[in-house]
Amino acid sequence: MTDWITRNVWLVPATPIVAALLILGFGKHARRAATGVAILGQIAALIVSTCAFVPTLHSHEFRAFENFTWFTFGEQSLRIGFVLDPLAAAMMVMITLVGLCIFVFSLGYMADDKNFSRFFAYLSFFSGAMLGVVVANSLLLLFVFWELVGLASYLLIGFWIERPSAAAAAKKAFITTRIGDMGFFLGILWLYHQSGTLLFYDGGHGCLENVALLGASSTFIALLIFCGAAGKSGQFPLHVWLPDAMEGPTPVSALIHAATMVAAGVFLVARVYPIFSAGAVNGVTSSLIVVVWIGVVTGLMAALIAVAQSDIKRILAYSTVSQLGLMMVSLGVGGVAAGIMHLLAHGFFKALLFLGAGSVIHGLHHEQDIRKMGGLRKLMPVTFATYAVGMLALSGVPFFFSGGWTKEEVLHATSHWPSSHVPYFLLLLGVVLTALYMTRQVMYVFFGSSRAGSDHHAHESPSVMTVPLIILALCAIGLSIFLTPAWPWLESYLLGHEAHIDAHLLLQPMILVSLVLVGAGIGLGFWLYRRAGEVDPLQQKVPAVYRFLENKMWIDEIYEHTILALAAFASRVSDWMDRYIWDGLVRVIGGIGQIFGALTKGADEGVINAGVDETTVGARGVGRAMSRLHSGQIQIYLGVIALGMLALFLFYAWLT
Amino acid sequence: MIATLQIFLIISAALFSIGLLAALSRRHAIFILIGIEMMLAAANLNFIAFWQFSPVRAPQPVGVMFVIFTIAIAAAEAAVGLAMVIAVYRHFRTTNVDQLTRLKG
Amino acid sequence: MNSVAFAVIAIFTLVFAVAAATNPRLMHAALSFAVMFVGIAAFFFLLGAEFVGLVQIFVYVGAVAVLIVFTILLTRRDAEERHGFKWGGVVVAIGVFVGLVWAILKTNSLPTLPYLVKAVTVKEIGTTLMTQDVWPLMCVGVLLTAALIGALVLVMEDEP
Repeated sequence: MTDWITRNVWLVPATPIVAALLILGFGKHARRAATGVAILGQIAALIVSTCAFVPTLHSHEFRAFENFTWFTFGEQSLRIGFVLDPLAAAMMVMITLVGLCIFVFSLGYMADDKNFSRFFAYLSFFSGAMLGVVVANSLLLLFVFWELVGLASYLLIGFWIERPSAAAAAKKAFITTRIGDMGFFLGILWLYHQSGTLLFYDGGHGCLENVALLGASSTFIALLIFCGAAGKSGQFPLHVWLPDAMEGPTPVSALIHAATMVAAGVFLVARVYPIFSAGAVNGVTSSLIVVVWIGVVTGLMAALIAVAQSDIKRILAYSTVSQLGLMMVSLGVGGVAAGIMHLLAHGFFKALLFLGAGSVIHGLHHEQDIRKMGGLRKLMPVTFATYAVGMLALSGVPFFFSGGWTKEEVLHATSHWPSSHVPYFLLLLGVVLTALYMTRQVMYVFFGSSRAGSDHHAHESPSVMTVPLIILALCAIGLSIFLTPAWPWLESYLLGHEAHIDAHLLLQPMILVSLVLVGAGIGLGFWLYRRAGEVDPLQQKVPAVYRFLENKMWIDEIYEHTILALAAFASRVSDWMDRYIWDGLVRVIGGIGQIFGALTKGADEGVINAGVDETTVGARGVGRAMSRLHSGQIQIYLGVIALGMLALFLFYAWLT
Repeated sequence: MIATLQIFLIISAALFSIGLLAALSRRHAIFILIGIEMMLAAANLNFIAFWQFSPVRAPQPVGVMFVIFTIAIAAAEAAVGLAMVIAVYRHFRTTNVDQLTRLKG
Repeated sequence: MNSVAFAVIAIFTLVFAVAAATNPRLMHAALSFAVMFVGIAAFFFLLGAEFVGLVQIFVYVGAVAVLIVFTILLTRRDAEERHGFKWGGVVVAIGVFVGLVWAILKTNSLPTLPYLVKAVTVKEIGTTLMTQDVWPLMCVGVLLTAALIGALVLVMEDEP
């Protein structure tokens, strides 16, 4: 069994992809079959990944890979493969479990959509592609699945293609991530040039096992690969697509921001971490420094922007960007396990928050502006309770919520970074801001009294939507058992150590610091927004700052006026060149052709045509005469053939 | 009467002529097909007769092979021909070949 | 070889052939056509080609005759009319017959051995089809497929 699963780990991504193809084959009207196949496929993937999870528990430093030759060209052959190690196994279980909850939730959320079955096909495809990223043992194979994830996200963000904003958001997501992927691809090529293989692990010959051979180029390769990761995970210069991706249906947002797409970038950095840390002095390399600073800038900037957003999903989107920055910092300072733990925990509670937001949006008939909500605590009790769990986990309240422990780990790792202490303090500020904007959101949505009368028809969502919420909430709380410093099971599992129980570690001075910070954030939120009306209190007090943040620091506008303007200018220059220089040349050449044409035309008409015309007239006369022979009577034709035969007989008789 | 090759050939010649008669004299399009089938049958009979009477026996049953392929082709021809009759009838509302003279030059 | 049997089969075949060619009633002519093929199959049996005889019965009596009957039924309105008879065709046909007989009788090199019935086995035919004649077999397969599709396309209604 163990042997079989390590050899057939490809089954995990294959199952949802096959399900997706089946659903597309069923056609548009097979709604029941579509959901059945999609959910069955996801359950099967969950079971297989759990089976794959089991052998990784037994031994430390477990790593099984299965490589095979894809194709051969000349002397060289390109090999790809699949790998199973704790990192992949943990990710697989998280993705399939969260995915399953989202699938079930979509049953309720998308029930009225006319392209219901297509939605499930895309969803399955998305989850399969992401699982492929996780189990790939070759950078090339990973890249293939990576692009499939990009394609699936394009299809899903633009699922409501009839809305122009959705189509634009899908394009933006696709193109922005493509910019990063170009760097990623260059990195792959460079890596292949240097190491001659793209397999991660190959019994001592893989590219991750021989990073010392890369030498100085490892920094550049790592940075190029990081471009791709930054694009997918919405890091600072390329984060603009992520909030716009909220145009997709809410379950899609949950899938993109929790389990799949954005996780891919962080996962990629964790997977190729040996390249990043090659030649590290004291755990610091120049590529890791870049990762840390990009992460810090992203985390802080997104947290600030989130404070001033009014769309319930956009707030969550910016919080995702900010948390991803946090994970990147953690990876950069050397806390790989902490970063991945935060990624896993974040997967659960962010999916919970998005699905909760979906439930709210569903209950309020597609109202997304938090300023028009309020007082939903009593009307949607289940949604409120689960949302509160997600909010506390995201804010990082210690002891009971998984997010608290993992955030603690990240901060702990950052505080020991030898290079600089600035990231640590900036992250602490980020923690306060996170608690603040989450409190603001919850205050607006669930507390106070209703604004704009939108709650008159508000209702709790059906159980098909609330049960996944409850499951995810239980996961968000229950996961913390494995995360406490007293028994850091998950960390040891990821690092391949033995987990020890040490109750003294439960209380550390660090935890008090974060307790104070989170308390301050939440308290500030309560105090600021206790009587919040249509106008945001921050907007009243510091309107300039609020406006700056509300418009996302004008980053989109900056892009529009710099990069896009440059592109437009280049296009105008090319257009002008085309119109006047190249076109002029073409016109001159064309003119010469025309003169020649006129000359030959005269020769043609006077000399050649006259002769040809005469011949044609003659041929037509003959043809007309011959066509008289054709009576159209088929039997006469046959009779003539028979008479011809008779004539042959007579000729033969005359001969003999 | 001894069944010699000549007798077989004369019978097949008669069959051929009767087929030709059907194809030439009848105005219904189906009869042209019937006549052609008869002529093909006459040819088959010739193949078999020549094969059976030939002084040298080839290792393979060549004549039989010919007939098998002819039958297959004749069957295909009959299917297409009859389909054409139906199509023509649908279009012109007649199967009288005298009236089907659209190819008149 | 029984001369009587041969004579009976020959007369039987020719009579039904003439009936098929000249009977003014279409349906009767088509049925005569089918019976005539039974006669030809009997010739094949007589000449030691049992397999071909059976194929002849299957294909012509079984399939082609039925096709013809169906076609007649489908073009029913036209079937009963007095299409008449063209005597010119008779003249040509008799001319061709005379020419053929003259040529047959004139040929001296025809083998006149009284034939020995040596039946050909199905196994032999199968072996030949799969070895020496495999390419013609393939071509005939393609041809039959094309004919089938073509026939379907021809009789398909233009507008659904």
